[in-house]
Amino acid sequence: MNEKFEYLLRQGYNALILSQQLSRLCGKGPALEEDMALTNVALDLLGQTRMWLTYAGELEGRGRDEDRLAFLRDAHEYRNVQLVEQPNGSYADTMMRQFFFDTWHYFLMQGLLKSSDPRIADIAGKAVKEATYHLRRSGDLVVRLGDGTDLSHARMQAAADDLWTYTGELFLYDDIDNAMVAQRAAPAAEGLRAAFLEHVGEIFAEATLAMPSPDAYMQRGGKQGRHTEHLGYILAEMQFLQRAYPGVEW
Amino acid sequence: MSKEWPLWEVFIRSQHGLAHKHVGSLHAPDAGMAINNARDVYTRRNEGVSIWVVRAADIVASSPADKDALFEPANSKVYRHPTFFPMPEEVKNL
Repeated sequence: MNEKFEYLLRQGYNALILSQQLSRLCGKGPALEEDMALTNVALDLLGQTRMWLTYAGELEGRGRDEDRLAFLRDAHEYRNVQLVEQPNGSYADTMMRQFFFDTWHYFLMQGLLKSSDPRIADIAGKAVKEATYHLRRSGDLVVRLGDGTDLSHARMQAAADDLWTYTGELFLYDDIDNAMVAQRAAPAAEGLRAAFLEHVGEIFAEATLAMPSPDAYMQRGGKQGRHTEHLGYILAEMQFLQRAYPGVEW
Repeated sequence: MSKEWPLWEVFIRSQHGLAHKHVGSLHAPDAGMAINNARDVYTRRNEGVSIWVVRAADIVASSPADKDALFEPANSKVYRHPTFFPMPEEVKNL
């Protein structure tokens, strides 16, 4: 098994699934400005998806391009973490999911800047600028909504409590992750997790939200292709056109 | 108090050395979010290097009704333009 190929797929699918989820909110944001901001994030993530999956396809060397890897693989072949496939829910759910993702994503991209693989470092260099802004934006909204009205506070706390169980997987390394760390191509889990917990702790304190326990029970399996029930619906919508009209282009 | 977010006017400087230019307006609850929103709404295509936001309510504007009194008298005073005066040939690089 080519660990790097698998690792690249994970990065690509994380960005792709979250981008697809955010795209569904296009035109439905709570305000025009929010709508555009969220769609911008979706587009940023789609751009990153293309870089990861293109590199994965080249590395694999079997002629699969970004589109084939995105549109012609079923749920059990998807390698995204379960966090990104969780439903958009209310705006609190959407923003909390985004904040957890952005925090992890930002520190991961910082780590990948120093990857021994120059192509990965290059992609991370492009992604980290976008991730910096994403994190600033979602952190800002978590503070505003957490430290907002009674209703917004309650919804943000509920969203945090619901989604927390999907954050453990981000730092649960398997053989593929560990092989990347051994090649010094990816950062170790411990440092990432510490940075994640520290930043979430700071923002939650400012947002007057109670931070769930880092030792809580955590879901796992997305990176190995075991997904929650939501992913199938996401893929059904996203892949419909290529499935119904194979090879169609426009 | 109105439940609508206040209106902000957005000014973007497209490159160093140029002045900030008015590009439009948006709604935001405070200055910090106005900057963020301006970034998302008005700089998506690499338009700027700097953003100013100003509460629309804080802008003091001249009244359209005063147009004649304020601007009309200048119309007939073309000599206020430097190009009105012919320059002697001998004066170079002025």
